[in-house]
Amino acid sequence: MTESRIDYYPTHEHSGFKYRRGHTLPFGAHIVSSGVNFSVFSSSATSCTLVLFRKHEAEPVVEIEFPQEFRIGDVYSMIVFDLETEELEYGYRFDGPWNPASGLRFDRNKVVCDPYAKVIGGRDIWREAPDWNHAHQHRGRLAFDDFDWEYDRPLEVPTEDLVLYEAHVRGFTADPSSGVSAPGTFAGLREKIPYLKELGINAIELLPIFEFDEWENSRKHPETGEWLLNYWGYSTLGFFAPKAGYAATGRFGMQVDELKTLVKELHKAGIEVILDVVFNHTAEGDHRGPTISFRGIDDRTYYILTPEGYYYNFSGCGNTLNCNHPVVRNMVLDCLRYWAAEYHIDGFRFDLASILGRDQNGAPLSNPPLLESLAYDPVLSKCKLIAEAWDAGGLYQVGSFPAYGRWAEWNGKYRDSARKFLKGEPGLVGEISTRIQGSPDLYYYRGPQASVNFITCHDGFTLRDLFSYNNKHNEANGENNNDGGNDNESWNCGWEGETDDPGVNQMRRRLAKNAICLLMLSRGIPMLLMGDEIGHTQSGNNNAYCHDDELGWLDWSGVSKNREMLRFTAGMIHFRREHPVLRGRKFFEHRDTAGSGFPDISFHGTHAWQPDFSGGSRCIAFRLDGAHAKAPDQSIYVAMNMFWDGLPCSLPGPGEGKVWKVVVNTSMPGPDDFYSAADAPVLHDQHNVIVGPRSILVLIADQK
Amino acid sequence: MALDIQPSVTGTTGRLKLTGQLDGASAPAVRNEIEHLLTQKLDRLVLQVEDLTFMASAGLRIIIFAKQRQPQLKIYVVKPQEPIIDTLRKTGFYDAVYVQDTDPGDEASVN
Repeated sequence: MTESRIDYYPTHEHSGFKYRRGHTLPFGAHIVSSGVNFSVFSSSATSCTLVLFRKHEAEPVVEIEFPQEFRIGDVYSMIVFDLETEELEYGYRFDGPWNPASGLRFDRNKVVCDPYAKVIGGRDIWREAPDWNHAHQHRGRLAFDDFDWEYDRPLEVPTEDLVLYEAHVRGFTADPSSGVSAPGTFAGLREKIPYLKELGINAIELLPIFEFDEWENSRKHPETGEWLLNYWGYSTLGFFAPKAGYAATGRFGMQVDELKTLVKELHKAGIEVILDVVFNHTAEGDHRGPTISFRGIDDRTYYILTPEGYYYNFSGCGNTLNCNHPVVRNMVLDCLRYWAAEYHIDGFRFDLASILGRDQNGAPLSNPPLLESLAYDPVLSKCKLIAEAWDAGGLYQVGSFPAYGRWAEWNGKYRDSARKFLKGEPGLVGEISTRIQGSPDLYYYRGPQASVNFITCHDGFTLRDLFSYNNKHNEANGENNNDGGNDNESWNCGWEGETDDPGVNQMRRRLAKNAICLLMLSRGIPMLLMGDEIGHTQSGNNNAYCHDDELGWLDWSGVSKNREMLRFTAGMIHFRREHPVLRGRKFFEHRDTAGSGFPDISFHGTHAWQPDFSGGSRCIAFRLDGAHAKAPDQSIYVAMNMFWDGLPCSLPGPGEGKVWKVVVNTSMPGPDDFYSAADAPVLHDQHNVIVGPRSILVLIADQK
Repeated sequence: MALDIQPSVTGTTGRLKLTGQLDGASAPAVRNEIEHLLTQKLDRLVLQVEDLTFMASAGLRIIIFAKQRQPQLKIYVVKPQEPIIDTLRKTGFYDAVYVQDTDPGDEASVN
């Protein structure tokens, strides 16, 4: 039927290539009957030329200028017939004025990449040195919508039930110790799904996987000569294309299939996939940066510019994407819808998300159209939306990010107060009791699931380093230790760095367990950093963004070396997932609404029912009543003593016909630090207990 | 290296013996052969690939094409070389086909 339609016949010919007027929407390049539809926007160009390459070849096979009648509004569209879709690469030349002060940077000598390119060639194999003499480094390719998802779809795990695991695709398995067949790739990560399932997490948050250039700003360390790369990838080349270098099959152009297979297999294991997305800036940098795409297509539309035509730098990376321009807003929406629909992505974490709430002059908006659109978008309606609610321009919106009832936030205040509390600072008991409850002071109208609780993330120390270093040690970054944060709230436990001192190491292990414990017992969404469960260290480096080496890669020998920590962490994650009383969707009411004789939460101190919130206190206990859980559950008592000595605590009752059993005691070495429900011993004295120094004790109420 | 394609049909089993390299240039010819085979009532499609030294993404897409064109069709990939098995595994296609060392014969499969 379609073959007979008049709109599938060419009307023009150039150098043997037949073409006709195209469809204006959707933007990008799409396979249609007998050809490929190309559509691209530019508001200020005077003309546009489609440039077609055969894959990997330096010179184009043909350049076809869009006839003026092919332009509708600001959109150039064309169908080109009989192309070898598997072998095709494409880009555009735009003609127009060169006047940077007015945001016009057209240069028809450059072939620019389609902002909607679904696959981008040029960095097909990770770390393969590019040919720098090549004029057109990054080119669009076609994606094929023929993946067999079978019955898969996004999992839609209730937000409050999530346990997030933040991971870097390459760093997770690049180290030879991973033992996978395709280290550092989507396929390699797939081989580790059984490990993730055993650990117990049910969502993995991947550091950026949109196409980026690992060679951007690459340099050799002045002393060691080691290559320092754009390893983390927070610098997007194309928002619709997966990172080819993260696919073992990227050399064959099959990164789309490999990534989709990973998502499908993770879903089969009950694990959601959250993508860390970077819409605050692009890889084009400031006015000295390369013209790759956006700048050469419509500079003043895509970027926030100063009155002089320079780039505002709210991202700290040279430029700022003009997210609340209607065209850019639509691009962001199109992009996320694409990932949700085509890749079955379960949610997104937005890097420096506060930028998404700035207007076209950079001023914060009270009702940012982009954030509202994302919150109410029909395709994204079940996707998790998580904001890093600050930016590099000084906007800090933790607790006040425009949420529209949908957005969650990385809770930076949780991280800061948890770290201070864990290292034994006084005056934190009141603050930490609020954080444990899901931070109602920040999210009262949004619920505890608005709070992504974390103590460590890719930015900053690993958990092991948090309790091994007082100061950052970023010399390996080649920036004279000037990069990375200085407000780490870390504590080295008496010795800076690695030591053989058994006392120091024992203390470090205990504090790390306390951190995991605190995280898993707090209301909200807990997030773990990759490797914290096996004592991953970056040797005190708190900004390993450029280390595609042992510093940034997970050392899997930690599985055997730190078996105790792994067992404890997995135990705590499973404990959380087994007990709905820990995962409430609403804030506590501090009263008995279930008729159990106990309030939903009650706070205690060294004396039951008498919490000490005074400035010198370092100990707080709480009892969660199982009758108030969202599904029938046992009651739980938690005592957290961050004082340097053991403290006696009197206990509230476990409830009629129940006894307290010990689940966790971080003052004990493994395996007595954690008991499964079946093995949990009955507490000898049901009324009083000693909570060890800098330790957490968890009891569960069970039938006598 | 060019691709040699030898199609045959026995009963409800279609076969393609592929020799050489299946790349973007040769893929359309394979696809045409499969389209032609699928005009007949087939239960099984056997791809004999022992002498296939390379299969580009275009080749894998043909397998998907055949599967989606006729979902009940059982596709056998017989004696693939290790790089092809590797690519099938990493892209998830391995589970959609029967990869084995011997030709399944002409009878209806019990797999």
